[in-house]
Amino acid sequence: MAHQFPALTAEQKKELSEIAQRIVANGKGILAADESVGTMGNRLQRINVENTEENRRQFREILFSVDNSISQSIGGVILFHETLYQKDSQGKLFRNILKEKGIVVGIKLDQGTAPLAGTNKETTIQGLDGLSQRCAQYKKDGVDFGKWRAVLRIDKQCPSPLAIQENANALARYASICQQNGLVPIVEPEVIPDGDHDLEHCQYVTEKVLATVYKALNDHHVYLEGTLLKPNMVTAGHACTKKYTPQQVAMATVTALHRTVPAAVPGICFLSGGMSEEDATLNLNAINLCPLPKPWKLSFSYGRALQASALAAWGGKAANKKATQEAFVKRAMVNCQAAQGKYIPMGSSSAASTQSLFTANYTY
Amino acid sequence: MPHSYPALSAEQKKELSDIALQIVAPGKGILAADESVGSMAKRLSQIGVENTEENRRLYRQVLFSADDRVKKCIGGVIFFHETLYQKDDNGVPFVRTIQDKGIVVGIKVDKGVVPLAGTDGETTTQGLDGLSERCAQYKKDGADFAKWRCVLKISERTPSALAILENANVLARYASICQQNGIVPIVEPEILPDGDHDLKRCQYVTEKVLAAVYKALNDHHVYLEGTLLKPNMVTPGHACPIKYSPEEVAMATVTALRRTVPPAVPGVTFLSGGQSEEEASLNLNAINRCPLPRPWALTFSYGRALQASALNAWRGQRDNAEAATEEFIKRAEVNGLAAQGKYEGSGEDGGAAAQSLYIANHAY
Repeated sequence: MAHQFPALTAEQKKELSEIAQRIVANGKGILAADESVGTMGNRLQRINVENTEENRRQFREILFSVDNSISQSIGGVILFHETLYQKDSQGKLFRNILKEKGIVVGIKLDQGTAPLAGTNKETTIQGLDGLSQRCAQYKKDGVDFGKWRAVLRIDKQCPSPLAIQENANALARYASICQQNGLVPIVEPEVIPDGDHDLEHCQYVTEKVLATVYKALNDHHVYLEGTLLKPNMVTAGHACTKKYTPQQVAMATVTALHRTVPAAVPGICFLSGGMSEEDATLNLNAINLCPLPKPWKLSFSYGRALQASALAAWGGKAANKKATQEAFVKRAMVNCQAAQGKYIPMGSSSAASTQSLFTANYTY
Repeated sequence: MPHSYPALSAEQKKELSDIALQIVAPGKGILAADESVGSMAKRLSQIGVENTEENRRLYRQVLFSADDRVKKCIGGVIFFHETLYQKDDNGVPFVRTIQDKGIVVGIKVDKGVVPLAGTDGETTTQGLDGLSERCAQYKKDGADFAKWRCVLKISERTPSALAILENANVLARYASICQQNGIVPIVEPEILPDGDHDLKRCQYVTEKVLAAVYKALNDHHVYLEGTLLKPNMVTPGHACPIKYSPEEVAMATVTALRRTVPPAVPGVTFLSGGQSEEEASLNLNAINRCPLPRPWALTFSYGRALQASALNAWRGQRDNAEAATEEFIKRAEVNGLAAQGKYEGSGEDGGAAAQSLYIANHAY
């Protein structure tokens, strides 16, 4: 083996590690507000609002102008490129509003999926071209972390070894480039919930995917202490007829993570996928109560699960600003509680009543 | 990806996990008494004793006749094949004596190193042929764990990618076969301390090797909760002119492990390599005081570092047996304390003064 050529200096490592820890400190999580123009179109269409730049700006303004106490539950916000350069109605840049609240600003860096020929409709992710220069510019513009979403699916012959390897490799390249530019990379290898597979199968696939991701990160000399992981929770497919409790989801999820994610990773911020707001919170809470060793923070990086009620309350009308903000703040707070295992759902007696439903982990 | 084919049932997993936890229970470690006939020749010649089967039996008797004081600090003993079938002077099998003390019996199963053609003197380890049948027999004969040692070395061009890959692969095959037979595999990827490389280089190599080992274990469907790891501590090469403190060794070691060893692994039992008895204890103690979060037990699997004084006190004389046994018990107790970070050293000021010598881990 050739002598090592350190990828980062001690100062660079310190900066990255401090940013990562700041994002997930004390039960804080991430607001994923990085919906692309197309995806925002889907969201706005459901509340009968036109997908214009101004409407997108207005909605984000309502979210970002909540009271400063939001920084107790939100440690970071992921922005889409357009939003990074938008301002509120007083002309103040969104990113400065967030930073002044003590929230770390992040940016979506990938450029969407591209097909992998010869596979059963599997994909990889584009966005590596010129990525270093883009990262350098974003860093100058106040961004301290990046996000890149790789997508794998469970189906006949899927995910294939090629899809797993290729997506892991692209994630590792992206992570390496981010760190060279002072950005903490959020590594997101999403195994989507489409399909009728059961919980055990999702766990098996998630373990294979994560093992490959961490091998790739190691091969690419990525500094794990300066990264965050954004995985799916381990759940059954949407079309699976069997139902599972939050405790079963939690045990399967934490088991998969503790077999694959090194302790050096400071935080794991789950995506919510298609989960309802309440399920996303209940599952996160159960995860934090799971009696297995959990050396990383277990928190959230939610899009829909933080914004669904807020969007519905807004309906595109400025008069609904207060209701919109209340809905958002409420979800932020309960998820922060869940990230500490302290969420008590409405109608249940205590946290203890949820504890006893854990099945011993050796069955997983 | 095809559906998973579970390698182990829930009962098999529980048995393996329980055995592993028993071995590395708090304050306990392993006595590596599995020296081959050839290795014993070296040890015995150093004290002027002939290398006969009877002398080897008498020597192991010295160790195994230790009283109940060892129950709290020895969780497992690794045997060599010959010793597994030997008895003490009263005709009691050694296996039974050890088991009666509540200590788990282990067996060395590898068959030594063989060269890797086309490399710079690198090796792999043999022993896979008929391993399943051998494990089944050892399990009947009282063994509940096994050990397999792979060897890597640091030089200008080593360890090579082939050596890392090949050794990781045989370790994974061995581990898989052990588990099929109810035996907990101790996975030992030793990186020798030979050479003049510094601490950083050893850390870099150790991280690469361990990442490859855990990827291989995952690929081979090995149940991590039912394994133990026996790595080298991260140290400079023997010929390195720079001296490092136990705290520096500890920080480099724990950092490397945190970046590569999943939390599911219940325990890390360090080999002592060429370290003196006291050095091995001081380093283990510093490792257990390291201020980084450590989700696995960090303990010892020492050969020479538990036996050097005992061997010297014995010198092949029956009259010295009791004194020799005392020497062994003493080292066992000291290492039991070190495995909890409670060893105050032989008269020096351990505790708080040493704590401040830890350099922040982003320097590693």
